[in-house]
Amino acid sequence: MEALLLDLLRSPELPYVAARGLVLIGAVMTIAGYSVLLERKASAWIQGRVGPNRTTTPFLAWIPLLGSFLRLGGFIQPAADGGKFLFKEDPIPAHVNKPYYVLAPVIALAPALAVLAMIPLSALPDGTPLALCPGADVGVLLMFAVSSLGVYGIALGGWASNSKFPFLGAVRGSAQLISYELAMGLSVLPVFLLTSAPGVDDGLNLATIVAGQEGMWNIVRQPLAALVFLVCIFAETNRHPFDMPESETDLVGGFHTEYGAFKFGLFFVAEYGHMVIGSSLFILMFLGGWQLPFVETAAWGALGTVAGLAIFGAKLAAFLFFFVWVRWTIPRFRYDQVMRLGWNVLLPLAVANLVLTFLVLAVAG
Amino acid sequence: MAVKVLERRPLSFWERTYLPQILGGLKVTWQNILRPSVTLQYPEERPVIPSGYRGVPTLVRDPNGREKCVSCQLCEFVCPPKAIRITPGEIPAGADTAHVEKAPREFDINMLRCIYCGLCQEVCPEEAIWLQGQYSMVGRTREEMVNNKARLYELGGTLPDSHLKWDHKRDEAGRQAGGHH
Repeated sequence: MEALLLDLLRSPELPYVAARGLVLIGAVMTIAGYSVLLERKASAWIQGRVGPNRTTTPFLAWIPLLGSFLRLGGFIQPAADGGKFLFKEDPIPAHVNKPYYVLAPVIALAPALAVLAMIPLSALPDGTPLALCPGADVGVLLMFAVSSLGVYGIALGGWASNSKFPFLGAVRGSAQLISYELAMGLSVLPVFLLTSAPGVDDGLNLATIVAGQEGMWNIVRQPLAALVFLVCIFAETNRHPFDMPESETDLVGGFHTEYGAFKFGLFFVAEYGHMVIGSSLFILMFLGGWQLPFVETAAWGALGTVAGLAIFGAKLAAFLFFFVWVRWTIPRFRYDQVMRLGWNVLLPLAVANLVLTFLVLAVAG
Repeated sequence: MAVKVLERRPLSFWERTYLPQILGGLKVTWQNILRPSVTLQYPEERPVIPSGYRGVPTLVRDPNGREKCVSCQLCEFVCPPKAIRITPGEIPAGADTAHVEKAPREFDINMLRCIYCGLCQEVCPEEAIWLQGQYSMVGRTREEMVNNKARLYELGGTLPDSHLKWDHKRDEAGRQAGGHH
């Protein structure tokens, strides 16, 4: 049993790799679906509504208490939504650049899937990280690099749609990504500085960063870096208050105006995938990853791995809720305000924080 | 004109970071999450319709059970979308209310045309047609959406009537006839 699980995680043979891929896609689709449910439910609660509470299926509906719980909680809604995306007609407008139009949602989703495979979720009993594809020693850099490729899907979709609103959305999305990528990269450098003390190997590995937060979470040691990084992941994931590419009030649907059915669904899943990536990175780098303060899960063996997974899941759910909560609280920034915030405020802040950390480490260190 | 210049307090450092406002906003929405929802679960829960609500037009009877419409067709003529179609008829001579002379033989209101303007109610000299509390009008065919006379009376029921105009007319006529003899 244990050998099989380890093979499933590590073996380079094709069936195991395929199984890992299927697990990843299934997990991402499920998480995206339930993130949408969370979004709809939380927005409903914030606005004094009830949210989805009608969808149900035969058989499930007939189970006495569980059936009505599933129905009122909207837990079957994601399946219905996904089924709708799959089975509805998928029209391709006549004016689009067809090959790129079809390619764009795939390009939007693929980087998200690739990065999600690299995220370490917990620690195995032997101390190695539990991830579908643990990645190289430069884990974080690779993840930043690949996840930023997601904007190519937006840019390509907006351009291939051959229509004004998607084009504007794509331009905004690209500009916004460039503006915030810089501040984001600079904001996490102090974290690496703290982790990569002399003598520590793999300083860019997320597992090392998590291990380095055993005594104190990085959000306490680097509050400014955490704030800048938080704002940046909101911008990178194109979430409110920075959802420039979509801006449904001024750009209709933004980059996906011309998309429908499953292609739109892929964009949707990609957005929520990027939310999960952003949340995971924040949790791993600033909120202690799969650790809890004063709890030694590493000493529990296999149980510790499961506990770590549960802790990480709980933190992830809370952070996704935070994403949604912010979305339904703050109105969208104007485009020039977004740019000004990125270049004039966050970038200098990140640089200042980096220099300050340099100095503190040089003097105290 | 004397102008009073209001002095604007410059924003403090914290206020310029947006953060206090964002945290305040998050607090407001969090309090909203904890509040009960105001949603009416429509098909199971129905709204209380206030009296005087102007829903589906209906025909009413007076407290004695007499149909009040005398088929003068004013509502038919005033109806802007031409939703009302009346076929007038006579009240047979031997009937209790023979002195009213006319009553509709058929009275159809096409609810696919009706715009709920209430002009029929306003124009009716007999207060026979009323827009009442029914707000939901559904059907599977066009025919189902035409309210015929029986259905209109079923929807309308009986409304209180302080005048009882035609009963007074009959009594008056009876008195005058008695006075002459």
